[in-house]
Amino acid sequence: MIVVVDYDTGNVGSVLNMLKKVGAKALVSRDPEVLRGADKLVLPGVGAFDEAIGNLRRFGLYDVLNQLVVEERRPILGVCLGAQLMARSSEEGVQPGLGWLNAHIVRFRATEGQVLRVPHMGWNTAQAEAEGGGIFREVAQPMRFYFVHSYHMVVDEPGLELTSSVYGSRFTSAMGRDNILSMQFHPEKSHKYGLQVYRNFVESFESC
Amino acid sequence: MLKPRVIPCLLLRGRGLCKTVKFSDPKYVGDPVNAVKIFNEKEVDELLLLDITATLEKREPNYELIGDVAGECFMPLAYGGGVASVDHIRKLHRVGVEKVSLNSAAFHNRRLVEESCAIFGSSSIVAAIDVKKTLFGKYEVWINSGKTNTKEDPAHYAERLAGLGVGEILVNSIDRDGTMGGFDLTLLKSISSAVDTPVIACGGAGTLNHLREAIDKSGVNAVAAGSMFVFHGKHKAVLINYPTPVELETLRLVNSPP
Repeated sequence: MIVVVDYDTGNVGSVLNMLKKVGAKALVSRDPEVLRGADKLVLPGVGAFDEAIGNLRRFGLYDVLNQLVVEERRPILGVCLGAQLMARSSEEGVQPGLGWLNAHIVRFRATEGQVLRVPHMGWNTAQAEAEGGGIFREVAQPMRFYFVHSYHMVVDEPGLELTSSVYGSRFTSAMGRDNILSMQFHPEKSHKYGLQVYRNFVESFESC
Repeated sequence: MLKPRVIPCLLLRGRGLCKTVKFSDPKYVGDPVNAVKIFNEKEVDELLLLDITATLEKREPNYELIGDVAGECFMPLAYGGGVASVDHIRKLHRVGVEKVSLNSAAFHNRRLVEESCAIFGSSSIVAAIDVKKTLFGKYEVWINSGKTNTKEDPAHYAERLAGLGVGEILVNSIDRDGTMGGFDLTLLKSISSAVDTPVIACGGAGTLNHLREAIDKSGVNAVAAGSMFVFHGKHKAVLINYPTPVELETLRLVNSPP
């Protein structure tokens, strides 16, 4: 069973639709007991960093997630804001992140003389930089994904980066370590490319 | 590189899809779920679904039907029509809609715009502006599916909505709707130069060249079209279609964003 974590900050409906499309048994829940029964977890997220972290605490999910992900090493996929929450901190907020990945989140900045509309919104390519436990196996090349974000990841430790993309300049568009996957783009909204990512996550992903 | 988005705009009327000309004469074009299945296979960049009678009938969105559509939609889906509260937006997110478009409600209720941007994030909220030209060539914003003239200047109005935090602005030219004669580039330029927020052009697209022109000459970030993607040939037979990846590449070569 895959559980999509519902903390009032995510496009849970879209993630559930994609999981069903790949034939996974999945449900949306914020009940800690249901989360404990999950084989794998998805942490979606759309909105603001502090509000999202606040909601995880408010619904009593913060400690449960730490236990399941850090201690029990359940596979988890974070998407967009849900991916950013896995970092140590974000320029968008003052609350610390979950801190599972040694990375931080910064706002897109134009380099001198450059015009850069923020948010970065639309379809962009992602270049695989690491194997990532086979999460991008058999995804059509070049990999194209849908992005909507104003802040992006910066890895603070070698080997965390799974994919890179270019908007203004190069940035990390997915990270991973052990049982944790963190994707800035929305695979649930990225046609066959995202479908294959979810299929890999459901069928074979265990660890990076 | 980021690609400019090309977005089919589908109009919902009751349980069926229709296509209008200048916001009138709705012609039935098919079942929404079937149409979306086809668009999904064609790997469209994004979809826009607008219920054109919800506000007029003073009713909420048809969540069940929208959920059926979203279930077939493996690309971003924006919905507009009858959305008048934060609760409506929350329900739409739950059934699988990413972006919610506010039109009449945004005019009447600024706080709703601010609140929904704060709660759901700017990138989930689109402000839709329907524009008509007066006999003297002045542009004015209309609401209620083009039935009520607000007398607002579109560029000023867009600035105000951008200031309230919306993530995108959808500009629809009522005069060009369904005519397939090309976008109103003057209107689009006046709005895209007034705001930093991404602008989606709608109303008038009939050919790839029209799309190219809008991206190239009016500074918009995305182009939407109805008739062009549901009709085929001079007799306007209903045929769901979308540019091929190769055709889309030609659009994208012209506009190389930073």
